[in-house]
Amino acid sequence: MQALYDHIHAFFGPALYAQLLVGLINGSFYALLSLGLAVIFGMLNIINFAHGALYMMGAFVAYFLLHLLNIGYWPALIIAPVVVGIFGMILERTMLKWLAGLDHLYGLLLTFGLALIIQGVFQNFFGSSGLPYSIPDELKGGANLGFMYLPIYRGWVVVFSLVVCLLTWYLIERTRLGSNLRAATENPTLVRAFGINVPRMITLTYGLGVGLAALAGVLSAPINQVRPLMGENVIIVVFAVVVIGGMGSIMGSIITGFALGVIEGLTKYFYPEASNTVVFVLMVLVLLVKPTGLTGRAA
Amino acid sequence: MTAMTDASVAKTPRAIRDEMIVFVIMAGLLLIVPLTGIYPFFVMQALCFALLACAFNLLIGYGGLLSFGHAMFLGTGGYVTAHLLKVGAISLPYWRGLWFTIPFSPLPPELAILGGTAASLVLAVITGYVSIRRQGIYFAMITLALSQLLYFIYLQTPFTHGEDGIQGIPQGYLFGFLNLSNPTILYYVVLAVFLFGFLVIFRTINSPFGEVLKAIRENEPRAVSLGYKTDHYKLLAYILSGTLAGLAGALKVFVAQNASLTDVEVSMSGLIVLMTLVGGLGTVFGPVVGAFIIVAMEQYLSGRFGQWVTVIQGVVFVACVLTFRRGIIGEISHYLRRSL
Amino acid sequence: MTMRNKVSALLLGTALAFSAGSAAFAQDKTVKIGSLSDQSGLYADLGGPGSTLAAQMAVEDSGLTAKGWKIDVISGDHLNKPDVGVNIARQWFDVDKVDVIVDIPNSGVALAVSNLVKEKNGVLLDSGAGSSDLTNAQCTPNTIHWSYDTYTLAHGTGTALAKAGGDSWFFLTADYAFGAALERDTTAAVQAGGGKVLGAVKHPLNTSDFSSFLLQAQASKAKVIGLANAGADTTNSIKQAAEFGITASGQKLAALLLFITDVHSLGLNTAQGLNFTETFYWDLNDGSRAFAKRFQERMKNHNMPSMVHAGVYASLLHYFKALEALGGNPHDGAKVVAKMKEIPTDDPLFGKGSIEPNGRTIHPAYLFEVKKPSESKGPWDYYKLVATIPADEAFTPLDKSTCPLLKK
Repeated sequence: MQALYDHIHAFFGPALYAQLLVGLINGSFYALLSLGLAVIFGMLNIINFAHGALYMMGAFVAYFLLHLLNIGYWPALIIAPVVVGIFGMILERTMLKWLAGLDHLYGLLLTFGLALIIQGVFQNFFGSSGLPYSIPDELKGGANLGFMYLPIYRGWVVVFSLVVCLLTWYLIERTRLGSNLRAATENPTLVRAFGINVPRMITLTYGLGVGLAALAGVLSAPINQVRPLMGENVIIVVFAVVVIGGMGSIMGSIITGFALGVIEGLTKYFYPEASNTVVFVLMVLVLLVKPTGLTGRAA
Repeated sequence: MTAMTDASVAKTPRAIRDEMIVFVIMAGLLLIVPLTGIYPFFVMQALCFALLACAFNLLIGYGGLLSFGHAMFLGTGGYVTAHLLKVGAISLPYWRGLWFTIPFSPLPPELAILGGTAASLVLAVITGYVSIRRQGIYFAMITLALSQLLYFIYLQTPFTHGEDGIQGIPQGYLFGFLNLSNPTILYYVVLAVFLFGFLVIFRTINSPFGEVLKAIRENEPRAVSLGYKTDHYKLLAYILSGTLAGLAGALKVFVAQNASLTDVEVSMSGLIVLMTLVGGLGTVFGPVVGAFIIVAMEQYLSGRFGQWVTVIQGVVFVACVLTFRRGIIGEISHYLRRSL
Repeated sequence: MTMRNKVSALLLGTALAFSAGSAAFAQDKTVKIGSLSDQSGLYADLGGPGSTLAAQMAVEDSGLTAKGWKIDVISGDHLNKPDVGVNIARQWFDVDKVDVIVDIPNSGVALAVSNLVKEKNGVLLDSGAGSSDLTNAQCTPNTIHWSYDTYTLAHGTGTALAKAGGDSWFFLTADYAFGAALERDTTAAVQAGGGKVLGAVKHPLNTSDFSSFLLQAQASKAKVIGLANAGADTTNSIKQAAEFGITASGQKLAALLLFITDVHSLGLNTAQGLNFTETFYWDLNDGSRAFAKRFQERMKNHNMPSMVHAGVYASLLHYFKALEALGGNPHDGAKVVAKMKEIPTDDPLFGKGSIEPNGRTIHPAYLFEVKKPSESKGPWDYYKLVATIPADEAFTPLDKSTCPLLKK
């Protein structure tokens, strides 16, 4: 009996909690990124393949702000998303617009090509070694939580992501601007008849989604080296998250992002070899049972 | 759902005759390659990718389904063939760390190719069953994620040797007497398989099955209302496409003498899409042309431009999508108002 | 000069050059060098364009062009993929008539190309890859392994730390040939030094988040956490280990493979106190300083040369010595390599050494420690020398080598 109790106790031990917390931290990145994707897809019906590259640009802009203009982390949190967001809006105006009436698959192909260009250019100028970006002094150090030592910065990441996600959800689902955006995608002609500038709404929406990606990039810069290829691997997992959560559902993506981070953390504890495949396996299972995703709208 | 390909050119018997003429010309040109000074390995690699692109094109150009995960078939065909050629035994895990092994010695080339293609067939059936449920963008995302899932599985499974890949694969003797180490013989074998695969696709496109596929692509609800079980047709097209892509992968093992993770990566899937896009989605010969162009680009530009090749590929992608949507053969076909 | 006179002068000059050249061609003095590296990925700073530059400097310093030799250097990007590397190498041998391939960081690619080089009877002078298999189970008569291998790193860092009290280890291993070889050799060194290995965890190449692996390392309570990886994986693990307070709480980090470019990208604040083994440091002696200064001036990003770049330079200088001794280029890889093994090595970067029959170059190795920021006098002044490991201890002893060539 004691052995069984010990076993259970060991099971729920500190290592498990630590991996859960790490999973939550990773989940916050997934949530932020899938939020940006979901906004763009939900509003524009475009799969933004360039999302990973724009995430990387956010991190790079933060690096440049620090090393060229001596602008630190806190202003970068706002400036970088705005800069990359404007870049995204330019992309939308000049290229994505042309594909407005066509099959949505063209949008996917275009953003795929854009991702190749952006990543290739950065790779050429910055190699691959990664550039250092340090954690801001106010967030350095950590707290000993008993079951693990939690770096303060990582705790901040979770809190900040949660706040941003909820704010975005509120903006889109509960404000007038958000409802205009949603209406504009569902029935552009009618909305235009009301005098609302639909093309501008679309451009702004794309900018918002891109800005969210860049924000995730700034958040990740102090933890991971700032590298041209940093977005490549994470983007496909985020696609799976969005498919599971239901393409286009904002709350679905947020919840799924965090949940998947936690599930991945658990897998790393029980069966580490499967940790990078568990998200995809889950996606297959969800698709078999509920093809529109957990909270998604019908195709 | 608007079709991605130009349906303005109708398939008349004259059109099919035109295509057959071009086919004969293409086959003729390819037959005399060893007599010219062109480096045969380059053409062989291009042929493998041409078969792969044609298989992919069957799905997108005629089925209307954009698969962003076709690399998984290339890789599966490659890995299984390579393994059968070099090692032989099949080991399947049935629990963590425990394996069930069927030992046998390395197989001769023809059986290994069959094995690789069969493995791709199985994969196509399984993944097709999951993916066909959704269309359009969802289908693309699902195939992408499935291929990434397979990438990670291959990364960790021992038989693929992970990052190092399966190296030093013996080329052996096809049917016991054709020495595949001889570049000229190997070239003709590769050409023969490519022409075979191409003809299979050609027959499929111009058969009643192909016509139903095109109808589904144009207007699925109407096809359903006419009584066709559209899901079955789409699944069949997917399986055929996947199997032929696996055949291309099996063939590539003989040319490259190795099988590695590059073949299962997302960038490979993207390259396949690029080849077909450049050549012309939905055209018969477009993928072949596209494959040759892209393979040439990779070979000859990478020496001069190094890292810029990715950027160039991205620019080509963007340019094709924005302004050059019909692709090379598509534009020629549209201009000549003939079916190509 | 009028236009016509200029053209005539040009034609005359060309004719003279050709006649002079054709006299030289009678005794084939052409060499083509291919620098096969990772030009854009994980190892671009270790090898990459720097290796091509090092090769060019070797060509210039050998003085052979003045003696009528025609030497070309071309470069290729293997993208860290064995099949791309083998394809490029095959084309280099078949079409471009390359004689010798240098560099190749990435053990998987190096092993694959080594097999091809044997088949084509070329020469491979590898100074980038780490796997000791290149001179053990997979040795060939056409390959010489320069600079370092996993045995050097394992024995330098592993033995030194095990002796200094780090007797329990946990490994963070990159899941490919090099990582596995490094873990294997270091485990052997640690156990020989009286320590034990408490566990290991494998991570995929190019991982960005090591938090869960580091947590497992922390939970193991091992005194030393061995990082059996390279490039960005190592720098990320070090950075994140500092973040999780691993170094602060007493566990020592052993970066089993660290280059000066990694220290540069980490910054001294994060990297200080790290112990690791290298066989070359630009500030070690006058010879290395002279080379480094010239290298840095010509490098686009003004990086200092790494151990890999130094290896490319030294291996080519030695290759040219062998060619001169042979009187020309026989275009027979095994023959040239056999000659290279006869001549003892001597260059300003690695000092005096020799090449073993299994293709392994022997020279001293050094255990370095990264300076504290206060101890550094300027950029790139990062290392202090802790110990010198003599050549016969730094590499696999011949009687332990599993190279089939040795069993005659």
